[in-house]
Amino acid sequence: MYPRSLPYLLLLPSTLFLCVFFLYPFGLVAWQAFVTDTGQFTSEFFVEMKSHWKFNTAFTNTILLALAVVPFQVCLALYMATLVNGMKRGRDLILYIWTIPLGISDLAAGIIWLAIFEQTGFLNSMMQGMGFIDQPVSLLSYQNTGMIFLAILLAEVWRATAIVLVILVAGMGLIPKEYYEAAEVFGAGRWKRFTKITLPMLKPSLQTAMILRVIMAFEVFAVVVALGGTNLPVLMGEIYTWQFDLQDANVAAAYALVILLISISCTLLIMWGLRTPKEARV
Amino acid sequence: MSEAHRFGSGPVQAAGPWSRYLFTGAVVVLCLWVLVPIYLLLVNTLSSPEAVATYPKRALPEFDTQSLAFFMNYAGVGQALWNSIKVATVTMILSIGAGAPAGYALSRFDFRGKDTFRVLVLMTRAFPLPLLALPLAVLYIRIGLDDSILGLALVHTTLALPFAVLITFSLFSGIPIELEEAAWTLGCNRFQAFIKVILPLVLPGIAASAIFAFVISWNEVFAAAVLTIEHRTLPAFLLQGLAESPLHLKFAGGAVLVLPALLFIFLVRKYLFSMWGIANR
Repeated sequence: MYPRSLPYLLLLPSTLFLCVFFLYPFGLVAWQAFVTDTGQFTSEFFVEMKSHWKFNTAFTNTILLALAVVPFQVCLALYMATLVNGMKRGRDLILYIWTIPLGISDLAAGIIWLAIFEQTGFLNSMMQGMGFIDQPVSLLSYQNTGMIFLAILLAEVWRATAIVLVILVAGMGLIPKEYYEAAEVFGAGRWKRFTKITLPMLKPSLQTAMILRVIMAFEVFAVVVALGGTNLPVLMGEIYTWQFDLQDANVAAAYALVILLISISCTLLIMWGLRTPKEARV
Repeated sequence: MSEAHRFGSGPVQAAGPWSRYLFTGAVVVLCLWVLVPIYLLLVNTLSSPEAVATYPKRALPEFDTQSLAFFMNYAGVGQALWNSIKVATVTMILSIGAGAPAGYALSRFDFRGKDTFRVLVLMTRAFPLPLLALPLAVLYIRIGLDDSILGLALVHTTLALPFAVLITFSLFSGIPIELEEAAWTLGCNRFQAFIKVILPLVLPGIAASAIFAFVISWNEVFAAAVLTIEHRTLPAFLLQGLAESPLHLKFAGGAVLVLPALLFIFLVRKYLFSMWGIANR
């Protein structure tokens, strides 16, 4: 019917592309982190990274942000997805509104929340209007890292919940309706149907969504720069500083390997934690 | 099927009037949660530079275009905007050009190595892709691609290509193979059948995934900031100036970044679900 080589020919461009621009650079980055320009194996770049005073803060901040953002986001998206599914009219409109942040970049999201949190911003104006404060408070100053953290958290939840929502709504659409009907016949309430049918059946989608989100959370960068400047160091921001300001690609590569390592371990952890046994697949 | 079951795909079914109110209330609050921050950015954008710096802020815009005009005339903005468009366009062409054939092959043929390719595509999701910019920055200097539109577009294509493959895969899978077979029996060869029968059917979807690739590139900050110096894209330009630029410049820049993206997402909303490689009913 067709030449045996046809599918391979069609796959060739993208395979080549991914090999050259995805697999090869990841090998290269590991090489850069361990090998000096003269070709010597060394761990000095890791030592330099580790001994830099910002490393521990940046590492802790990145992990804390991911831990705060992702679970909150998944719960919110689950709630939103159940709301959408229970909707009789206007489902498409609501879904469109809720997925708007999908098109907004992290930098733009940071700027949007800056409009709210900056000193002459809308949050201060509102609090003044309600009589809580007499004069604008500097919310995002370096003495106030807690507030910066909160602002970043809100901006991240605002921006990236949409992606989780899309994946979960699509996943819920795949759950056979008969399961719910059967559960209702046997008298299962709303909550019981949610925990006994929706959640277990949604595992594969939850897995996809969480892997995507956790990795994006470790990459958090522009939101942080927009809202906190350098007052709240994160790993990706440190990479940028080392690569661009300090012109030290090797230490930047060492940082990159740290992000890579925590990303891969979290991916494996999520894959294991939310695995679906073979016999339970639909 | 009873009324209660007709929409019973989800576990939430409003029963009494109270839960109905609660339901509507939650939906409204969540809509406001998404829309109000964007509205506030627009208020700032459509106010004069003086109004942006005043306190307390008013919740209504003045409909003054001075901030925007100032931003558009600011040194480097026009160039950055143009660079963004160029990079995003190249990204769009590359990712559809390489991705669509792969999507077609995945949906139509069974062959050895198919699963390996799928794993390769899905693997891109488990890796923080912007990091690719680091080794490529070094490599690009060696091969003369540093600070170039093409160099950045290649990194952005790595971000967009997996989506292009998955979207086109689901598009082609949605078209019955019988249509193609009918064209073959009527004398078309495989290529003609594809051009005359399949392409017109998938063209809107291809356009949507092209737009999506454009948006991915348009929004990308980190790789753009690492890989370009003179030829900065708009996000990279804005990022670099964040520390020193005045507020009204930031907000106008933010709005210019957001508005096209909003329009694009509106255009592709029908295809949002196939973008994640999950079948939509």
